[in-house]
Amino acid sequence: MQKSLAPSSNTSFLQRFGKVLLPVAVVYVLLMAGQPAGLEPGRLLREIISDPTILVQQLITGLANAAIITIIAIGYTMVYGIVEMVNFAHSSVFMLGTMVALLFMVALSGGQATPLWLALLAFIPAMLFCGVLNSVIERMAYRSLRSQPKIVSMIAAMGMDFILQNIGMQIGAFGKLPNAFPKDQSIAWLRVLGNQNPSPKSFPQVLPNINLLESIFGPDVVLRITPAEVVVILSAVILVYGLSWFVANTRPGKAMRAVAQNPAAAAMMGIDVNKIINLTYAIGGALAGAAAVMYGLYKGTTSWDVGFVNGLYSFTAAVVGGIGNIAGAALGALMIGVISALSNQLLASTDWSKAIVFLVLVLVLVFKPTGILGSEGGEKA
Amino acid sequence: MLELKNVHTYYGNIHALRGVNLVVNKGEIVTLIGSNGAGKTTTLRTIQGILRPREGEILLEGVALHKLPPHEIVRRGVSQSPEGRLIFPRMSVKENLEMGAYQRNDASGIAEDMERVFKLFPRLKERIGQRGGTLSGGEQQMLSMGRALMARPRVMLLDEPSMGLAPILVDQIFDIIRELHSQGVTILLVEQNARLALSVADRGYVLETGEMALTGPAKELLHNPQVKAAYLGENH
Ligand SMILES: Nc1ncnc2c1ncn2[C@@H]1O[C@H](COP(=O)(O)OP(=O)(O)OP(=O)(O)O)[C@@H](O)[C@H]1O
Ligand SMILES: [Mg+2]
Repeated sequence: MQKSLAPSSNTSFLQRFGKVLLPVAVVYVLLMAGQPAGLEPGRLLREIISDPTILVQQLITGLANAAIITIIAIGYTMVYGIVEMVNFAHSSVFMLGTMVALLFMVALSGGQATPLWLALLAFIPAMLFCGVLNSVIERMAYRSLRSQPKIVSMIAAMGMDFILQNIGMQIGAFGKLPNAFPKDQSIAWLRVLGNQNPSPKSFPQVLPNINLLESIFGPDVVLRITPAEVVVILSAVILVYGLSWFVANTRPGKAMRAVAQNPAAAAMMGIDVNKIINLTYAIGGALAGAAAVMYGLYKGTTSWDVGFVNGLYSFTAAVVGGIGNIAGAALGALMIGVISALSNQLLASTDWSKAIVFLVLVLVLVFKPTGILGSEGGEKA
Repeated sequence: MLELKNVHTYYGNIHALRGVNLVVNKGEIVTLIGSNGAGKTTTLRTIQGILRPREGEILLEGVALHKLPPHEIVRRGVSQSPEGRLIFPRMSVKENLEMGAYQRNDASGIAEDMERVFKLFPRLKERIGQRGGTLSGGEQQMLSMGRALMARPRVMLLDEPSMGLAPILVDQIFDIIRELHSQGVTILLVEQNARLALSVADRGYVLETGEMALTGPAKELLHNPQVKAAYLGENH
């Protein structure tokens, strides 16, 4: 009967006490250093209690942002789930999607105001373009590297990201597109790269900027929902449900899960693993294309660099939700959307919002390194 | 039916199979025995197209398998219950079985075979909606074999079905192998448990460091002094 009371030597101090100490430390830092950022719990609580509609309103805004982040994040998470690689070019596929959607709308409106149906029709070319693009990238740039260490494909993906961004600049310099800002605001060093004018481009405004709740319930309503928010949220819901159904019930969907869970066994079942991986890229790309149209409708502008921030948020959403997991991507995106909307509203300056968002996300990962819905080894597509 | 001629397989520079010759005839159980690292699993993976032979031929009823990708090889009737079972842990028992039939599109035939698998392994029917990863070792072995049967294979490859199982379960699994034999399924059985394997097989091959050391009818191998000494344990 020798049972040691001392903790086993392989649990470190941090592992044993980290769970308690870390939140204490964070709360302490927030209370001390949060003041300049406007992070005063007392004031925030008073504000929320005195006017709860602020909270609800920010949730709505957060939801619309989350909708776009979710759809981009699914592209990261599906690809990671199946080949355990971060496709760094994904954000630029999304960016090119916004360009294609914009070109489509502008080209087919023939100088007239773009009708709503035409803007919605842009889902088709944008999804097709991005799906095919991602599939071609996989075939040309990643497939032959798959037997190498993962870092090799990731570096290839970064290179691909730069190539796509430069293509985006070239398209951005295309004269037919209406500029969102005067020319002189385009960043000077970009001209070094040989572009005349890769400044942000405006999407045609197809959805009126009105309050739907006001048109339904009359002028007394305090909350505000715009048609663009409704379209964006609805699109995301349809896409997420459609994709989940596809992955759960169809033959290629099941094959995708099989390859994600065990590629060698999948090959032994007669699944063409290369084809299924390529299909996964294609679907992820198509979703990036859909997100691109949603982005255009909601934000109203695009530029060669929109991939960066949106890609960063989306990738983070995927990791925080549990990479490889579709529901996790949505959950992570929701957290990012809502936290940033709330901190935009409640803090002294919106400059702090990104810091707050990533603080919360880092905290989540400290306590659950696999992400909220992630399991050991990833839940996987 | 299945024939390997002078097959050489490498892992990088490691020469794992050094000219393997092997024949499996229709309706036979042929066992491939050998000690750890002899190259048994490598042989099965090479037949399945997961590994490519650098030299030699693999023929299934005259068709050159070694030039085909794995999914084409499955389509031509080679399925496998691999070493370590490799079931899909987050798919249900039913979905795992469906994956076994991935290359088929005769829905009614698939449904028939699913019933047949459930008759062989009633346990799987009880667990039909459960995730593969939650099954016990024995149940996972059953699922892995059932999944291989779902391909309605011309040749079924079985890699160490007894591995890590309690003796009672091993007996159950080998009863099923006999049952499959009586139903006319052609099986290439890899085993470390040579006595058991030779007791169900028609013929056997003994693999030693990538080369065939011995071959013959299973009954003869059981009484072969070399085999007795090396694989059956002298004092039995
Ligand atoms: N992935 C690999 N990379 C390099 N060498 C390998 C690999 N897999 C197997 N080998 C080597 O190839 C040889 C044959 O291995 P194999 O797995 O086919 O043996 P086995 O007969 O199935 O053994 P066991 O009874 O342990 O399953 C061994 O020397 C092994 O070390
Ligand atoms: Mg083996």
